[in-house]
Amino acid sequence: MISLAEKRKEYQNRLVEKAKKTVIVVGMGTCGIAAGGDKVWQALENAVKNKNLDIELVYSGCIGLCYVEPIMEVHRPDMPRVIYGNVNGETALKILEEHALNGKVVSDLAVAQDPKEGKTVLPEIPILNEMPFYKKQVKTAIANCGIINPDSIEEYIAYGGYEALEKVLSSMSQTQVIEEVKKSGLRGRGGGGFPTGLKWEFAYKSPGDKKYVICNADEGDPGAFMDRSVLEGDPHAVLEGMAICGYAIGADEGYIYVRAEYPLAIKRLENAIAQAEKAGLLGENILGSGFNFKLRIKAGAGAFVCGEETALINSIEGKRGMPRVRPPFPAQSGLWNKPTNNNNVETYANIPGIIRKGADWFAGMGTEKSKGSKVFALTGKVNRTGLAEVPIGITIREIIFDIAGGIQNNKKFKAVQIGGPSGGCIPEEYLDTPVDYDSLTALGAMMGSGGLVVMDETTCMVDVARFFLNFTQKESCGKCTPCREGTKRMLEILNRICDGKGKPEDIDTLERLSNVIKSTALCGLGQSAPNPVLATLRYFRNEYEDHIHNKKCTAGVCTALLEYKIDPDKCKGCGACKKVCPVGAISGEKKEAHEIDAGKCIKCGSCIEKCKFDAIIKG
Amino acid sequence: MSNVTLTINGRQVTVPAGTTVLEAAEKIGAFIPTFCYEKDLTAPGACRICVVEIEGWRNLPASCVTAVADGMVVHTESPAVVEARKTILELLVANHPLDCMTCEKSGNCKLQDYAYRYGVTGTAFAGEKHAYRPDDSNPYIYRDLNKCILCGKCVAACNAVQERSVINFAYRGFNTKIATFLDTDLKDSECVYCNRCVAVCPVGAIVDKTMMGKGRTWELEKKQVTCTFCAAGCAFDVNYKNGKVVGVTAANAAAGRPLCLKGRLGVNLLYNPDCPEKPLIKKDGEFTEVSWEEALGIAQLLEKINALTK
Amino acid sequence: MCCCEKKDPKQEALEALLAKYKGQKGALIPVLQQTQDIYGYLPKEALQQISRELKIPLSEIFGVCTFYAQFHLSPRGRNIIRVCLGTACHVRGGAKIFERVQQELGIKDGETTEDLRFTIESVACIGACGLAPVIMVNDDTHGRLTPDQIPDILAQYE
Repeated sequence: MISLAEKRKEYQNRLVEKAKKTVIVVGMGTCGIAAGGDKVWQALENAVKNKNLDIELVYSGCIGLCYVEPIMEVHRPDMPRVIYGNVNGETALKILEEHALNGKVVSDLAVAQDPKEGKTVLPEIPILNEMPFYKKQVKTAIANCGIINPDSIEEYIAYGGYEALEKVLSSMSQTQVIEEVKKSGLRGRGGGGFPTGLKWEFAYKSPGDKKYVICNADEGDPGAFMDRSVLEGDPHAVLEGMAICGYAIGADEGYIYVRAEYPLAIKRLENAIAQAEKAGLLGENILGSGFNFKLRIKAGAGAFVCGEETALINSIEGKRGMPRVRPPFPAQSGLWNKPTNNNNVETYANIPGIIRKGADWFAGMGTEKSKGSKVFALTGKVNRTGLAEVPIGITIREIIFDIAGGIQNNKKFKAVQIGGPSGGCIPEEYLDTPVDYDSLTALGAMMGSGGLVVMDETTCMVDVARFFLNFTQKESCGKCTPCREGTKRMLEILNRICDGKGKPEDIDTLERLSNVIKSTALCGLGQSAPNPVLATLRYFRNEYEDHIHNKKCTAGVCTALLEYKIDPDKCKGCGACKKVCPVGAISGEKKEAHEIDAGKCIKCGSCIEKCKFDAIIKG
Repeated sequence: MSNVTLTINGRQVTVPAGTTVLEAAEKIGAFIPTFCYEKDLTAPGACRICVVEIEGWRNLPASCVTAVADGMVVHTESPAVVEARKTILELLVANHPLDCMTCEKSGNCKLQDYAYRYGVTGTAFAGEKHAYRPDDSNPYIYRDLNKCILCGKCVAACNAVQERSVINFAYRGFNTKIATFLDTDLKDSECVYCNRCVAVCPVGAIVDKTMMGKGRTWELEKKQVTCTFCAAGCAFDVNYKNGKVVGVTAANAAAGRPLCLKGRLGVNLLYNPDCPEKPLIKKDGEFTEVSWEEALGIAQLLEKINALTK
Repeated sequence: MCCCEKKDPKQEALEALLAKYKGQKGALIPVLQQTQDIYGYLPKEALQQISRELKIPLSEIFGVCTFYAQFHLSPRGRNIIRVCLGTACHVRGGAKIFERVQQELGIKDGETTEDLRFTIESVACIGACGLAPVIMVNDDTHGRLTPDQIPDILAQYE
């Protein structure tokens, strides 16, 4: 067998050489680009070119600090690495000039520093690993994200990449690999949390000379972007994990099913596959071991239900993405009726680490039944949005308040939605629950893919339930009656409640429909579609009752239930609201308290936005 | 093959391994309703009306796709099952025109029968209903997709004939619909009106237009005959009302040949005592002898069939 | 050869595409995707040709086209605006952004402006939740939006 050791040494030396130069890294994941990272890149690239500077300009995937995007980092050989946030074209040039060229840190834009050989720069700049956002994190699945250049296989190899594949091919039998994965306790990171090793074992034991490996990269839960970050920031980790799986179960072909909404991920994957093939790490006779493994990308075409594994298989086969009846399970009869193993992106990304560092290392993290770490996407009304990888078992409170920095604008926490459309909302009283598969399920939520949307007192929970039902209803494949017709009726009832036309029996009807859909729908998505309603009914039933009986939305969200009023004591009579009102509902003399004509008001909220004196109240 | 013994509604039954719970229940005469299941024709599991309770299972599985296992304890009419079936029927009826009094299918409609059995009135959910325009574009098949329950039997029947596949599932979610290419009327599709879909439709969504208004289902007597118009020898039912032929329907769509339009119309004429030997058509004020194709106005259709077989 | 016998380049591209995928398993969706790349939508004639070459019934192709949100059977705008209505955007005011975009262009969700300049689509999540609310115009993502920024963003696309 061909060894990668020498190559790795060579690439590592190259990195050492590179570190002797000043390097600027720009975060160019989709989120970085969306925040303006491309403009930062442009400005820097022009400057470096025009002035012919001896600076290495590189990009990386996401390092998880979405709240300070766009991000750039400066590594000078003589100084610790400094991370800057909220930069734009102009400030990027300032940082280039002052820090990169002249060694002077631009302290007001610096977010963090990474000490070098114990030395720091300005003491007032937080140390990266001690920052509240990072302190409780562990980096395993996303260890390389934001660190390496995702388009460079050399950097991946220099950081220990493909060592696990090499180890597996040279010294482990198929069953040894499966045993190792089983021992690690890794559970599927895409939703249900099925033990990965066991899944592999089923596929391995299924008779057949042709088998397939599928990577589910159809990350469709609204509020989730872990998989996108991994694909964009460290695509080779996924390829390596898949190749190891292929070896373990006896497959020589694999598919990565990526949703069409992730063009950058597809581009980076295409590049990574081409590089790996060229390096002999994918394709025929990998590293001279005799093992063949070919990977293809399939771009989704816009259907959430394809995240369900049997629907995904139908979609790869070129059919409508409707779930299949199970059994038979994909491990027995999957893609083109051959035994198939299907895991999600994060699951595969965990495999190289488990093989390289050993199952015990991985199992050392987490709880008794849920091992390892999990990546969460922190979004909603928190101060620090971003991507955080934490050991499983950490409490929800730690994630929201310690890592994500609590609620924006000093508002009160109300609930956190975990697990997307199949998950549920968890209220304040359960914030100290450890985050693991079983505890979350017991609360009526689920780990799901790891989307974590935080809601404050200005979020209406009936409206949130309606939002999710609207989503599942739109995305229902239409195959089975309970999901196709039932979610429609549930949505209609929720719409009615939010519109102030709720009937006393509506809650009972919602519960009855929920229970029937849960117990009779064809696939996992249908069975979990009522969860957002059941969970909100469980913890926020009073909000439903308020909407139905008192025609009140205390969060001030459901327009039909709101009334806009002007507090005469606060109103200065400036006329700003009167001017902006599109229907002329506001009247009043200058410098006198104004009034809103409730009959004319269309509750658009324009006046509230314009009022500088907080004189307009809705409720 | 080995045998499996299970308990259904307290009765032990032994069946070959691989049998479905539905088949096992049928064997002991336990009633389980079905919409999308048609032996040897459909890939069922979609409508969920056939759910049953199996002790120790988390959910209510569809009996048509659940294989029996040794020691399984099944209940086909437990409270949970009845509640689920009733809700599913309410959901179907909520999106269905309640015009049973004029519906051709009345009396021979599964939806009607099951609604009666489970006491479903159609008042549980008031909300959006489909408002598709019925397809009245051809003389043979009347299609009202507002009545369709998406069981998929018509699609399976159409696909079972080589080179047909005129209809399939289209769109998704609540808007899922059985459609031709580009969702046209049947007239503008490749449909040749073999009426196999009509024969399998469990509700009144696809009906034989030539028999509309000619009698309620319970007034008709059927007599099976073999078509002699070609060597295929398809079976047809001749329908009589008060001894008079009112139409010919396909007897068994699942087996054999395409049950073509020519055969069906021909059989109709053959069994109709008022029918002349050769058709006469009034041309320029005088009765002239013409071919059956011309008289039936199916010359164009035959071209369509011929083009397909080429 | 006379120049007027030259084939339409789009037709040629479609033929090359079909030649490449002919006989391949699971080819339908990539073929539809790339056909849409060629024409901007899926013309009837192209679908008929795909049906003949890949030997897939037209009704099945229609079923696939109408199942996936990405496929379009009529021409669309030069610029596609995708307004994210995912959870994070929802709680951060995505609806207001959506309203403003529709108002600015005078069209609704799924519609195309008469001059074929813009098509609006609402999408469930584009995975840039940290920057909510966001919209995507073609492949560009615009984040942390307020409704007042919409006119300037639209002005960037011709």
